[in-house]
Amino acid sequence: MLENLTDRLGSALRNLRGMGRISEENIAESLQEVRKALLGADVQFRVARDFIERVKEKSLGQDVIKSVTPGQQIVKIIHDELAALLGEGTTQFTDKKPLRVLMLGLQGSGKTTFTAKLAKHLAKKGYRPAVIACDVYRPAAIDQLETLARQVGVDFYGERDSKDVPAIGRRGWEWAKAQGCDAILFDTAGRLQIDSPLIDEVKRLRDAVLPDEVLLVGDAALGQEAVNVAKTFHEAVPLTGIVLTKIDGDTRGGAALSMKAVTHVPIKFLGTGEKVEDLEVFHPDRLASRILGMGDVVSLVEKAQETIDEDEALRMADKMQRADFNFEDFLTQMRAMRKMGSLGSIMKMIPGMGKMQVGEKEEKRLKHSEALIQSMTPKERRNPNILNGSRRARIARGAGLEIKELNALIKQFAQMKNMMRMMKGAKGKKMMKQMQKKGGLPGGGDFPGGLPGGLGL
Amino acid sequence: MRSFFAKFKEGLKKTTPTFFKAFSAIGGIFGSRVLDAAALDELEEALYGADFGVETTDDILSEIRKAFKTNKQLRGLDAARIGAQVLKDVLAEAEGRLDTFTHKPEIIVLIGVNGSGKTTTTAKLAKLYRDAGHRPLVGACDTFRAAANEQIRTWCERLAIPLVASQHGADAAAVAYDAFEAARKREADVLLLDTAGRLHNKENLMRELSKIRRVLQKHDERAPHHAWLVVDGSIGSNSIEQARVFHREFGLTGLVVTKLDGTSRGGALVGIFRELKLPIYFVGLGEQPDDLQPFRVDHYADALFGLDNQKEQA
Repeated sequence: MLENLTDRLGSALRNLRGMGRISEENIAESLQEVRKALLGADVQFRVARDFIERVKEKSLGQDVIKSVTPGQQIVKIIHDELAALLGEGTTQFTDKKPLRVLMLGLQGSGKTTFTAKLAKHLAKKGYRPAVIACDVYRPAAIDQLETLARQVGVDFYGERDSKDVPAIGRRGWEWAKAQGCDAILFDTAGRLQIDSPLIDEVKRLRDAVLPDEVLLVGDAALGQEAVNVAKTFHEAVPLTGIVLTKIDGDTRGGAALSMKAVTHVPIKFLGTGEKVEDLEVFHPDRLASRILGMGDVVSLVEKAQETIDEDEALRMADKMQRADFNFEDFLTQMRAMRKMGSLGSIMKMIPGMGKMQVGEKEEKRLKHSEALIQSMTPKERRNPNILNGSRRARIARGAGLEIKELNALIKQFAQMKNMMRMMKGAKGKKMMKQMQKKGGLPGGGDFPGGLPGGLGL
Repeated sequence: MRSFFAKFKEGLKKTTPTFFKAFSAIGGIFGSRVLDAAALDELEEALYGADFGVETTDDILSEIRKAFKTNKQLRGLDAARIGAQVLKDVLAEAEGRLDTFTHKPEIIVLIGVNGSGKTTTTAKLAKLYRDAGHRPLVGACDTFRAAANEQIRTWCERLAIPLVASQHGADAAAVAYDAFEAARKREADVLLLDTAGRLHNKENLMRELSKIRRVLQKHDERAPHHAWLVVDGSIGSNSIEQARVFHREFGLTGLVVTKLDGTSRGGALVGIFRELKLPIYFVGLGEQPDDLQPFRVDHYADALFGLDNQKEQA
């Protein structure tokens, strides 16, 4: 998996350090990494390639600022370029009154739910919305919209015995006007962009209701398909905006870039949850970070600089490299990290770790580890090898925990150390490569305490 | 088995698949043109375009490059064969089959993220098993989404499949329990449980799934006997993450991949199988009830690489 762009770039760009300027030769390798990261985030092949070209042009000739690593500098260029591309065009939703909006999209992309969310959003802005059910195919789609409309408190129009979608749309419009509604939203059936009869149908609906906004509702996790979907829909029924749904999942959302790049249609909303309130206007910045798997590197670096003593970090990195790492160092690290905030909030900022599940379970485990180490004598902490049965029993008792938890900790610690030792040896290089491929941390990534020293700050 | 092959082609015919285009570019019409560097680039693009991801794409490319090194006369068709073979090797044992039941009722739970096609798949599966001479019963455990009940009810009425459902907002586990009881009483031999869509990173919703399991195990400690993840075939690499988390939290036994009738190639299923070794039981190739078909590795691989047309022409 390609989780961690900054790390990958870090290794690809190591040779850049000490050079004054970015040149074509010395960034070739790193841009290859960027390309792979984009592809791993589901950005479409051609879109990724064109994007890399743009980044290359922008990067060339730039001075490598000494204080930041070149890797981070290039990441910043990429990030800014990405945000610029994602945010291009008006992401503003029209404020016309009266207003008509047509939804479009594949099956299961979330059109009906989004329609209700948008109605709620517009109601808050002072509109009086009505939703019109134009999905006559999916069983109970009309019921679903009606239920949601009631929930949101907006007017609803649907016809259960007609299949004539344009006529339903037209009558819905008339009806809503008569009710005094000034924002009329048309929910449509999910359809494949290549299904000609259904595309024709939606064209006729468009001609009947003359929408001010035509929104393509797309799943943020779409794969390479996103380009075909957006392009074909846009050709058939010119779009005015893209809506990305299910962005509250952990997808990287590269589809957004693909859709934006091929259609130039602005992204206008994000669906961020199951409740009708969960609608967000679009921020190009955040999505750019997400696609790159960057997390919020900037604030992490700032936080780390505030709290971690640089000499201490260096000493730790050195120890790790010599595989001379004991429980005392482990405790120091854990505490340094603690100072930065809750585990969950830190994880979110670490590139590639953002999607790691850090719940109460992990927080608790970290606390337990700390309690166990604190119950060890300094001698035991420095030399875990002397931990025999009776020592273990005493430590577990002291921490108020079970002996098996201590055993698990010791085992993981041994694995980690072993890993460091191997890293040192000839096999190290190969292993590093493998690890990067898998994006995993030593010990299965469930050993959060081992992180800070490895941040390489 | 006309079905799968024909359906797949039907599905693929709806468009001009970029995949096939790439191969025609490489080798004329799957034929005689000799490969060159530009063709390999196109091939790489096509492989990514199928959502195979970096790993599988690299595997296929490196095999083709290897062959190319020893044989400069390598043609497009040869490359396609190599690619299909790599895919078949990777997907060896990826075919899931469930034709005969060993429990009564055999319980299948369908889970997945929102909009992946669980409800539709549940209905289609029920029909498929009924048509094969079994007695299915459906439990509507999606008590969350507005009108989910009505949706599955409409399906079941249309297909004449018995259904156990409750009110919107009811406890999903309670519905599962009732459905289980009903299945026993009516001597159904396969119980299909449709569940609410949930994003895999929502802890509370994942807990609801565990509760369904606990409740079922009151009667049968091995229940549910099958937990299938329903995956939208047009989703990219995130479907691997979905599968990973659902598997870790709930323990999956297989996959159903839906919506392969569009232009997407469903390549992410290869990534899921590589990592989790979860067999793929069915693929959805259209909206009609009969469009749910057993997954066949050779058909999938051949269709993707355009080798099925080849056979036909031969």
